[in-house]
Amino acid sequence: MDFTVQNNKDTRSGFGEGLLEAGRRNPKVVAFCADLTGSLKMGDFAKEFPERFFQTGIAEANMIDMAAGMALSGFVPFTGTFAAFSTGRVYDQIRQSVAYSNKNVKIAASHAGVTLGEDGATHQILEDIGLMKMLPNMTVIVPCDFNQTKAATIAAAEYDGPVYLRFGRPKVPNFTPVDEKFEIGKAQMLQEGTDVTIFACGHLVWKAVQALPILKEIGINAELINIHTIKPLDVDAVLKSVAKTKCVVTAEEHQRNGGLGDSIAQVLAMNIPCPMEMVAVNDVFGQSGTPDELLKAYHLDTPDIVEAVKKVVARKH
Amino acid sequence: MEISQLERIAKQVRRDIIRMVHGCQSGHPGGSLGATDIVTALYFDQMQINPEQFRMDGAGEDMFFLSNGHISPMFYSILAHRGYFPVSELATFRRLGTRLQGHPTTAEGLPGVRIASGSLGQGLSVAVGAAQAKRLNGDNHLVFVLMGDGEQEEGQIWEAAMYAPAKGVDNLVAIVDYNKKQIDGSTDDVMNLGDMRAKYEAFGWTVIEMNGNDMQEVVDTLNQARKGAHQGKPQLILAHTEMGMGVDFMMGTHKWHGSAPNDEQAANALSQLEETLGDY
Repeated sequence: MDFTVQNNKDTRSGFGEGLLEAGRRNPKVVAFCADLTGSLKMGDFAKEFPERFFQTGIAEANMIDMAAGMALSGFVPFTGTFAAFSTGRVYDQIRQSVAYSNKNVKIAASHAGVTLGEDGATHQILEDIGLMKMLPNMTVIVPCDFNQTKAATIAAAEYDGPVYLRFGRPKVPNFTPVDEKFEIGKAQMLQEGTDVTIFACGHLVWKAVQALPILKEIGINAELINIHTIKPLDVDAVLKSVAKTKCVVTAEEHQRNGGLGDSIAQVLAMNIPCPMEMVAVNDVFGQSGTPDELLKAYHLDTPDIVEAVKKVVARKH
Repeated sequence: MEISQLERIAKQVRRDIIRMVHGCQSGHPGGSLGATDIVTALYFDQMQINPEQFRMDGAGEDMFFLSNGHISPMFYSILAHRGYFPVSELATFRRLGTRLQGHPTTAEGLPGVRIASGSLGQGLSVAVGAAQAKRLNGDNHLVFVLMGDGEQEEGQIWEAAMYAPAKGVDNLVAIVDYNKKQIDGSTDDVMNLGDMRAKYEAFGWTVIEMNGNDMQEVVDTLNQARKGAHQGKPQLILAHTEMGMGVDFMMGTHKWHGSAPNDEQAANALSQLEETLGDY
């Protein structure tokens, strides 16, 4: 993988462009938004397809269930609000009317994690991946940059079934190939290596990319895999990599409980137990600050990944 | 359909409710008995539907959603007698492996059910979504939804109640089963619902009241509501009903909201309900 940064863009803008493209490709794609059209970058879709855009006001429960009602009639509804209000606030609606009823609703969740920044912990949900992955029938996607979020949005629209699509607020390096097809459930190999496997998702993928040359300098040849689909997890890719490297670091902007690391740990414990370290938030809430400050404060930055790798490699021997 | 024939069907549905709930010793007979006349009229007289070829998307037909899913015995009996699935399947209600789950669900693929319900307060929103889908598709058929009155205590109801008039969702008829009882007691004691008519009117709905246990009045009111559709506003029918209707000892109390009759009570109840279409 070429890690050249094409530009700095927010993943939510990738969603906005992907939604517009999905709407152009399929007239059944519709969108709901709970008073956050600007934040979710849904304005272009609303402008081009006004009859297919539904402003719900600040009423997320109603939004989720209306989307379910529209999905059963053959439409492909996307719902848009912050991740905090896309999950915890409407868990029962998603559980009964979307997941259990297996409706083709796409829950687009922006401003996930601490990189939402200054708004603080009320809005910085760090539990959403866990909440969503626990639901039967639910697919959970956490793309890493603008290009991938756009592609993932288009793929979600083409996939038949409930999807939770998680992305974020800040501008981050955009490095994955433009218009690379997004394969739901297929792990993305970013760098092959032999000494350790780093599994990362979302914003932490770039942080892990930045760790690679640092690790190389100290003689650690790391494999980096982007797990953009938390569920269904690409178990084959995980096992194949770990069979080679024999130790693992996971990196995510989420609670350790219920996140990517938790999913990987289950697979490893049942198949090839091995040393593992998790770069994640550990059972605390976030706080106000800039995204960069918060990533440092909660030990979700490149140096934290480097330290975790050093630790886990040492444990292997 | 003749009113007398609808009444005969409703009587059999009530027998089925008692037998189903008694058979598995669980379920919710009170509300089921109270709402029977309304849903019988919808399925056997009012709605344009295709039971023989159930379509999940409901394209080209009227759609019904049961928001207060706990009155599933009534819903299942009516769906079966209307031809969505064999009447004999009513015997499997709430038993392991059944398509007739305690609360309605799509997970087992039961024809006639389009979404799970049971956790309260969600059906009105689902119905609004389905109604908007019909508008997008240029389908002039209507969407009906039945809600409980206790369910009106859920905040989400009022999110949907605000949305539907604001967006002119006028192909929607919502019905509140207004029996003034819920599991813990009378609605006056648990949570005074206040002036339901005024509340919905203030939100922008056209509100019609009816005696939901008088078949002629139910049919007349539903006819009126169908005529009132497509005129810019959603419509709400406040259906005054009696929980436990048709079984004397189940009426006038909330105690049969979610309790099954024993053998003696079931026999007593069935002696009050004539077998009209044949028991399953």
